[in-house]
Amino acid sequence: MIDTTATGDVQGRLIAVEGVDGSGKSTQMDLLHKWLRGLGCRVFFSEWNSSPLVAEATKKGKRRLLLTPTTFCLIHATDFADRYERQILPMLKAGYIVLCDRYVYTSFARDRARGCDPEWLREIYGFARPPEITFWFHVPVETALTRLTKSRKEPNYFEAGMDLGLSLDVREGFRIFQGRITENYAEMVDEFSLVQVDATLPIPHQQQIVRRVVQDRLDLNAFPSRIEHVVHDQYGIAPPVFEEDLMDAEGEW
Amino acid sequence: MVSHRTYKHVIPGIDMEELGGLLIVIEGPDSSGRSTQIWLLSRWLEQLGFAVEQMGLKRSKLVANELEKAKEGNVLSPRTMALFYATDFYDQLENRIVPALRAGSVVLADRYVYTLMARDMIRGAHADWLKPLYSMAVVPDAVYLLDTSAENILDRTLSSRGKLDYWESGMDLGLARDWYESFTRYQENLRLQFEQIMTDYPLERIHGDRPILEIHEDLKSRIERILPTLTELHRSPPI
Repeated sequence: MIDTTATGDVQGRLIAVEGVDGSGKSTQMDLLHKWLRGLGCRVFFSEWNSSPLVAEATKKGKRRLLLTPTTFCLIHATDFADRYERQILPMLKAGYIVLCDRYVYTSFARDRARGCDPEWLREIYGFARPPEITFWFHVPVETALTRLTKSRKEPNYFEAGMDLGLSLDVREGFRIFQGRITENYAEMVDEFSLVQVDATLPIPHQQQIVRRVVQDRLDLNAFPSRIEHVVHDQYGIAPPVFEEDLMDAEGEW
Repeated sequence: MVSHRTYKHVIPGIDMEELGGLLIVIEGPDSSGRSTQIWLLSRWLEQLGFAVEQMGLKRSKLVANELEKAKEGNVLSPRTMALFYATDFYDQLENRIVPALRAGSVVLADRYVYTLMARDMIRGAHADWLKPLYSMAVVPDAVYLLDTSAENILDRTLSSRGKLDYWESGMDLGLARDWYESFTRYQENLRLQFEQIMTDYPLERIHGDRPILEIHEDLKSRIERILPTLTELHRSPPI
């Protein structure tokens, strides 16, 4: 905590993706991740709400529906702080490109939709450095809902904002709640220079846009991987197991 | 007139207008005599006919176990720890304190945000970040800081527990390798942090190096001054 380095210089670069559930952001992040590895870059991937330390409390809170908007926000902030200080920041200092599937803007959009004060949220997360690039995958709520229901049957309790009692119907709840979140994202486009991507475009088109922005803004030669993997083939998928994969999978860093 | 407000930001979903009751906080380091005084006060208040609710740090259903586990492993960074404690605090605020106040009870809090802030500040957190973190806390009707000398605290700790506590000795800070030395420095540090906190928040200092009953009488006379009548406390009209 001593040095929060929200603004201090680091060698690494931070890229985040944001968007409602079902926007396709994780797919795009995954493709970007593989592409960067294929280029031989040092990359590290971190996902929202994934710290093993906090996971148990979050799970319990969600299962027993103990969470209020405030504790929902704070428990995610705890998770974020843990990951930020133990992986994101050290990785940035070590000169990695750090990819974050969701960043503080998720809280700004979502917790605000739950009734938390936007100013308060910005203060709580004041220690987090702004990413060099943040993509916002914008999709109409109805499309997101269709995508979600294609993969599993119903949106989950919290995605649908059921804790707020917006509607008795999960789908209707999803529409209202994710609609609010979308409005909040839209409001942040200027404030945080979010790069808005039309998430209704075909997946490869979106990925093309993403890669172009990354290429334009970062010098991709500046992050050479120091770990020698088995030779990457031209599609960047040759080595069966990456060290980072192991770290992600086991949650040990 | 009994009414409450938060320090700055509002708690989502809670109507402050509904809150009655009384929120009284006893602050002070471990072994400063807090629990004894709270016990005495709650007996006294119950004798007077008030419903009393006791509340302490790290007692919430939500994260208490996880916090304990994380502390054992000593793996949380100060900021993560601060946020974890804040989560726990708000869980108790929303699920215990607020309902108790809504019901018109007297809430006796065994420490409050001030101890949390002091601990975090010692570990490098800035007040600029901590103040907003706790800005949704309900402003207590009174906060009494038991100001007990370090020697007395040390004496009581050793005689009651037979050993020093890792965290209350600030061993995580690397102040000294010697526990006794670390404890003394940590307590001194804590005192300084409280001094700083008192420039922002009005805490009443209670001289803690006195006999138990003398302190109790002191607290009673202070509380009597802010104690509303029963009708004021239970604002909802009788059926």
